[in-house]
Amino acid sequence: MFEMFGISSQALFGQLLIGLINGSFYALLSLGLAVIFGMLNIINFSHGAQYMMGAFAAYLILQYSGLGYWPALIIAPILVGITGVIVERLFLQWLYKLDHLYGLLLTFGLALIFEGVARNYFGSAGLPYTVPESLQGGRNLGFMFLPNYRAWVIGGSLVVCFGTWFVIERTRLGAYLRAATENPTLVRAFGINVPRMITLTYGFGVALAAFAGVMAAPIYNVSPQMGSELIIVVFAVVVIGGMGSILGAIITGFGLGVIEGLTKYFFPEASNTVIFVIMAIVLLVRPAGLFGRRA
Amino acid sequence: MRKTLGLAALAAVLACGGASAQQVNVKIGVLSDMSSLYADIGGPGSVAAAKMAIADFTKDHPDVKVELISGDHQNKPDIGSQIANQWYDVDKVDLIIDVPNSGVALAVSQVANQKNKVFIVSGAAASDITGPKCNANTIHWTYDTWMLANGTGTAIVKTGGDSWFFLTADYAFGHALERDTMAAVEKAGGKVLGKVRHPLNTNDFSSFLLQAQSSKAKVIGLANAGGDTINSIKQAAEFGIVKGGQSLAGLLVFASDVAALGLPTAQGLVLTETWYWDMNDTNRAWTKRWQQERQGKWPTMIHAGVYAGITHYLKAAVALKGNLSDGKAVVAQMKSMPTDDPLFGKGTIRPDGRKVHPAYLLEVKKPADSKYPGDFYNIRATIPADEAFRPLKEGNCPLVSG
Repeated sequence: MFEMFGISSQALFGQLLIGLINGSFYALLSLGLAVIFGMLNIINFSHGAQYMMGAFAAYLILQYSGLGYWPALIIAPILVGITGVIVERLFLQWLYKLDHLYGLLLTFGLALIFEGVARNYFGSAGLPYTVPESLQGGRNLGFMFLPNYRAWVIGGSLVVCFGTWFVIERTRLGAYLRAATENPTLVRAFGINVPRMITLTYGFGVALAAFAGVMAAPIYNVSPQMGSELIIVVFAVVVIGGMGSILGAIITGFGLGVIEGLTKYFFPEASNTVIFVIMAIVLLVRPAGLFGRRA
Repeated sequence: MRKTLGLAALAAVLACGGASAQQVNVKIGVLSDMSSLYADIGGPGSVAAAKMAIADFTKDHPDVKVELISGDHQNKPDIGSQIANQWYDVDKVDLIIDVPNSGVALAVSQVANQKNKVFIVSGAAASDITGPKCNANTIHWTYDTWMLANGTGTAIVKTGGDSWFFLTADYAFGHALERDTMAAVEKAGGKVLGKVRHPLNTNDFSSFLLQAQSSKAKVIGLANAGGDTINSIKQAAEFGIVKGGQSLAGLLVFASDVAALGLPTAQGLVLTETWYWDMNDTNRAWTKRWQQERQGKWPTMIHAGVYAGITHYLKAAVALKGNLSDGKAVVAQMKSMPTDDPLFGKGTIRPDGRKVHPAYLLEVKKPADSKYPGDFYNIRATIPADEAFRPLKEGNCPLVSG
């Protein structure tokens, strides 16, 4: 049927699946950004650098302790999350009452520092990190060859994304968090430690970025600029989905991954820019984003 | 009155005397990618190589004073030409060297021509620099896309890889490499089944590799470099491309890329370079010195080209007695002198600005065969200097008559 459009259905399904895989990374990263912006009102420009730190942490954990991919998937986000907590306590907590721009500038500066330090010690060509034994190889699905690792990427990120959404939207802890964002003084009056919750939320958002970084390490080049290449696109995803909307970030992440994948098939030279074209259109039609709440 | 006249005359003589003294003052600028995907193949390593060239030369010529500056063009032609303009005009730079990224190199070449200064390309590859876009102020050292295409491309077709699919970086370098390799493949009897162009600095190649897989070509030619090549090769391994019977042709691969990939992933890759750190004792000794500034890294042929280019330029500067105001004259002087440096040996610079020297067909070793860190390659063949580069008459360079 598709032949009449000049494409084979095989190639199309293959590109759709690949788009979903890339969408997983967009979804994971934009989820972290949406959590941080929705809860803390901070535009976390160092998200890309924290994703990079997750990948580097996985590499260093392997070098210095011999622990492989699976332990790194838990340890690296915790370590990077702790650095996030330190950043929040030292720098960000003074900025909540100010204009968004200050948070953006601070986190942007931090991102440049993290990247520069990494480049100084490790160079920019990148470091080797291989796919774990248990996930090597793949299966032939008929329309394409799907590496096992990429299948894990989709599955793992779906689980983490919807787990996070569930905790924030459907549990009591999430309810406290959402209430604290809307009216911190009232929530404090109920005896809930709001500053600590906010610190831990930032740490969690950063840990999500690091988790995406560990998942990326075996397939993408572990280099200091891996985050800055991705973060611009992720910001576009978050803006399209609606800043502050968790579900919006997840659905938009997967959706835009698919659209980008199709563009890579039909018109590859434009694959860099298609997401921004969509962002421009969405902002014209719905300025708050597809799922966003009007402020 | 007479005293003043006498003093004025003395001052005039002393001022003129400066021109006939042997003091040669040179200012050199290393313009490179210091922070992005090409920073390890050029970048701070080129600055280190430049410092070594200056130190070695001024040791034998104490009357030569060289000032060195460096800058980051960030892979953007507009930034590169803006820095070049400022360096030539305001900062009185005589020579700009390196510039990986062919788009930036072509832009800087124009600037050097307009300002009548000197530009030695070590990092960039597009053979257009000594082809249709050649000019009398630019010299192309180290390598170019024609050499890569005819080294690696021809060798692979001869061993049976006669159908190709190209994965090309969508800018000047990728287009030039794809064009030259297509010509070399077809000349050797192969055919090209298709191509796909990806943006520079792409993270994810799965979509493009899928298209390459479905083309059923025997060879997938990677017309990209640096981080793009590393990602392509890593992800090709993931998608079982080599296991499925297709092979990868890394058309431009550097030692730093092999180090980033690791030998298990990179083994078997066939590539062409004009300098390898482990080829002989001179190279090894030079590398040890270079590594004092760049610990843990491996020098690439681009770094060697920066060292050799500066050495030859300084020889020309001394021959011209420090008169560097006419860039075309300096380049003409460089073309008239045969080159001789510890890294590339004896060679010449042709009228179109192309420096010629032998090229080497290399193969990445299996992990078991690598005896020490940095032991990356087996040398498969040597391509002599007169065959390694495009014949002078075929380049369409306006400087070449006939």
